[in-house]
Amino acid sequence: MRYLPLTPTDRGAMLSRIGVNTIDDLFIDVPEAARLDGPINLPPHQSEMQVERDLFAMAAQNKTASTVPFFCGAGAYKHHVPASVDHIIQRSEFLTSYTPYQPEITQGTLQYLFEFQTQVCELTGMPVANASMYDGSTATGEAVLMAHRITRKKRAVISARLHPHYRGVIDNLSDMGGFDVASPADSVNGVEDLIALIDEDTSSVVVQYPDFFGNIMDYSTIAREVQSRGCLLIVVVPEIISLGLLKRPGDMGADIVTGEGQSLGNGLNFGGPYVGLFAAKEKYLRQMPGRLCGETVDADGKRGFVLTLSTREQHIRRDKATSNICTNSGLCSLAFTAHMTLLGGQGLRHLAALNHARAVHLADKLEGIAGVEVVTPAFFNEFAIRLPAPAEQIVEALAEKSVLGGVPVSRLMPDSDMDDVLLVAATEANTEADLEIYETALRDVLKGVSA
Amino acid sequence: MNEMTPMKQDRKQTFTGHQALILEEKLIFEIGSADKSGVDLEPVPEVNTRLGDCMAPAKPDLPGLSEPEALRHFVRLSQKNHSIDAGLYPLGSCTMKHNPRLNEKMARLPGFSDIHPLQPVSTVQGALELMDELAHWLKTLTNMPAVALSPKAGAHGELCGMMAIRAAIEARGELETRRRVLVPESAHGTNPATAALLGFKVDEIPANADGRVDLAAFKDKLGDDVAAIMLTNPNTCGLFERDIIEIADALHEAGGYFYCDGANFNAIVGRVRPGDLGIDAMHINLHKTFSTPHGGGGPGSGPTVLSDRLEAFAPLPYVVAGENGFDLIELEAQSANQPFGRMVAFHGQMGMFVRALSYMKSHGSDGLRQVAEDAVLNANYVLASLQDVMTAPFAGPCMHEALFDDGFLKGTGVETLDFAKAMIDEGYHPMTMYFPLVVHGAMLIEPTETESRDTLDLFIATLRDLVRSANAGETERFTNAPELAPRSRLDETRAARQPILRWQAAEETAQAAE
Repeated sequence: MRYLPLTPTDRGAMLSRIGVNTIDDLFIDVPEAARLDGPINLPPHQSEMQVERDLFAMAAQNKTASTVPFFCGAGAYKHHVPASVDHIIQRSEFLTSYTPYQPEITQGTLQYLFEFQTQVCELTGMPVANASMYDGSTATGEAVLMAHRITRKKRAVISARLHPHYRGVIDNLSDMGGFDVASPADSVNGVEDLIALIDEDTSSVVVQYPDFFGNIMDYSTIAREVQSRGCLLIVVVPEIISLGLLKRPGDMGADIVTGEGQSLGNGLNFGGPYVGLFAAKEKYLRQMPGRLCGETVDADGKRGFVLTLSTREQHIRRDKATSNICTNSGLCSLAFTAHMTLLGGQGLRHLAALNHARAVHLADKLEGIAGVEVVTPAFFNEFAIRLPAPAEQIVEALAEKSVLGGVPVSRLMPDSDMDDVLLVAATEANTEADLEIYETALRDVLKGVSA
Repeated sequence: MNEMTPMKQDRKQTFTGHQALILEEKLIFEIGSADKSGVDLEPVPEVNTRLGDCMAPAKPDLPGLSEPEALRHFVRLSQKNHSIDAGLYPLGSCTMKHNPRLNEKMARLPGFSDIHPLQPVSTVQGALELMDELAHWLKTLTNMPAVALSPKAGAHGELCGMMAIRAAIEARGELETRRRVLVPESAHGTNPATAALLGFKVDEIPANADGRVDLAAFKDKLGDDVAAIMLTNPNTCGLFERDIIEIADALHEAGGYFYCDGANFNAIVGRVRPGDLGIDAMHINLHKTFSTPHGGGGPGSGPTVLSDRLEAFAPLPYVVAGENGFDLIELEAQSANQPFGRMVAFHGQMGMFVRALSYMKSHGSDGLRQVAEDAVLNANYVLASLQDVMTAPFAGPCMHEALFDDGFLKGTGVETLDFAKAMIDEGYHPMTMYFPLVVHGAMLIEPTETESRDTLDLFIATLRDLVRSANAGETERFTNAPELAPRSRLDETRAARQPILRWQAAEETAQAAE
């Protein structure tokens, strides 16, 4: 077995040093009823080549984003990741290292975490950020729990325009933790009256930016109204590249900003691993979940970094911890930081502008098709269209033409009466030719529907 | 002995601050600039923007670097890290085993890495097949009927298992009465934190002199208000809980559920199936037992196997095999069961699923059994080779990790922390320190099965040398350590008292101080 260094001779010699006859003697504490005499009924070991054959065959059955005109978004976006990013994260010293519990020999990890935290602060316009969460949805769930702790209240008002999976995560935590949630009715492009839903037990209001339907709006007024009622505004950013071009949630007055960082440095990966972003106002620092990296000095006075403020965390506080999180998304945050470093502020602005331009071009083209309506008034790189037929059916028909045309709202919100609404995203990864292919394919498919 | 005494020598001071291959590296904010970039992008076509009133007035104030500068920056940082690839990393309860590169190659196949979680199910049949096959391996290895794949890490899997238990109790109409969760005092901190998150009251069970759950004390605590026990097995002292079947039976009789923390599954994979022990839910750290890389603290993956008593409550989404291929059950309305809800957006850590399946197929059933045997053999070899000079609080055999306390350091002026830091100068990552809490000055050594006998022999000899040095009064070797690492001991108190959590330009820092 290629991953196991011990030889039969080693094993024999080691057993005799230990003073036992067989390996079974080391498992004597296992109750007899649970001891297995032989291998479990699964296939035996395989060579590298055999494993590759099996997995190549599975991989080959999937239609990949880079090989077709591709327009899916809804919280996961297709972007080009520079080749050097993958090289950096595959460095042995980053890939095969653990959480930096011994800072003297993990300064590499700690310094990039400090850089990551600084980048997240600057992008979101917030003063403090942690060293990452699992993903955007779990970061948002933790933000709601944090708001409950800060305000000692237990009800969250949630925009109906929050990603339904993020909403699902919050609902689940609320059900299980004995908290309440409230939402206005679903709406494709309507303005919600979230303020009217605030009552005296409300800790927070959760909005998404850009929202699930792609719409963007300035939340400054809402922030002031929410805060004047003693609540916190949580702003969720599902597409971090949007902040290369859009006003920052921190500048609008957000109390907590969560986000999905996948778009920087990380591939689609069928939904994971991704990297959750979590930033807050400084006064809430000690209620934050997750790891925090801080600057200090060593015994010789040299600058160095450590994990800090761990008295919030489970390994110290146990049942009084701010969260149960332990492992987070270290390597994905390195990919984020490396990609962001390669872009720089100027590059990110350029990339964001390119995304927006592609999306506007696509919206222009699709609006020109009879029966198709763009329903998102202002957007970044994703918008919703209303179709003259069920969106799921259109998406399947487009897939047959090798166009992955977007995400039907009904797949995530089956009861919303929006079967005819499709979310469409365009990024720098789309060429102008892709946009034309999409337009032509959609025209063809819709002809078939009306005929 | 005198010539053995380390002479404290100041290292040569260089003009650059570098020391040969140990290169100092500034922060990107000190070397980059906002108008520099390592990415060439196409020009932005003219469009009428549709940004409403949301456009930012200026670009983000973040530095960029060209590609050669960025690579040099991150490569220099990498050289300040210890890693499994470079040396032994015996962190107890973390299972720092070799991460096969085949797994990395497989996870990067575009068929897995370049597919969207919400593209039509008809276009991702191979991905669903992979998830289904991974589920089959996990269920078979544990003899459990169901597995929830979506949890993102160990603590998240724990949360999933405890949520399933809570949902089952609720379905029985006993949520108001079953409020207590029993947690051994040796448990990982995530266990009580998870129970508390779900509103349960944590009740600690003491350990016996054997390092295991005190069976009598456990039975005394049972009652119709007990929701569950959260037990790690093998436990955090590296010992198999001999009474585990009796614990499960008594618990079930009292109407409670058995959550097992599967962090230490590596010790028993292929040799013991948790389902045969009476366990109702157990998370499996793919980043421990199944070799997906730890990545400096994630991403992990924590699939959670469930017994027939909890199967119906498994969270969304899950994969089902049908006549026309695989389908993904994403909504409660599509489910024939009573899923308790959703843990996360999308479907879980697909990148980790690919790596873990690649690892399982490589080892096969026979190889996985050998993994457990070699992991246990290596740990017992370390225990047997050191217990005459270090103090082991509990009698062996141990499972996959060897636990020592600081008894052997008594009177030397050296503490567990100092001993650990001296190991750094010898080229090792220290073992887990001060955990589990039930042992004074704990040192928990988990070598894993991927270390050779030669590596272990040198490690053992080194620890014996260090013990001899401590006993000889060479205290400075320990209290000044590490002296040869990229940094000497870092001031953690200062970091916590005056938190600096992001870089700020000098003038901003000065303003903040005023």
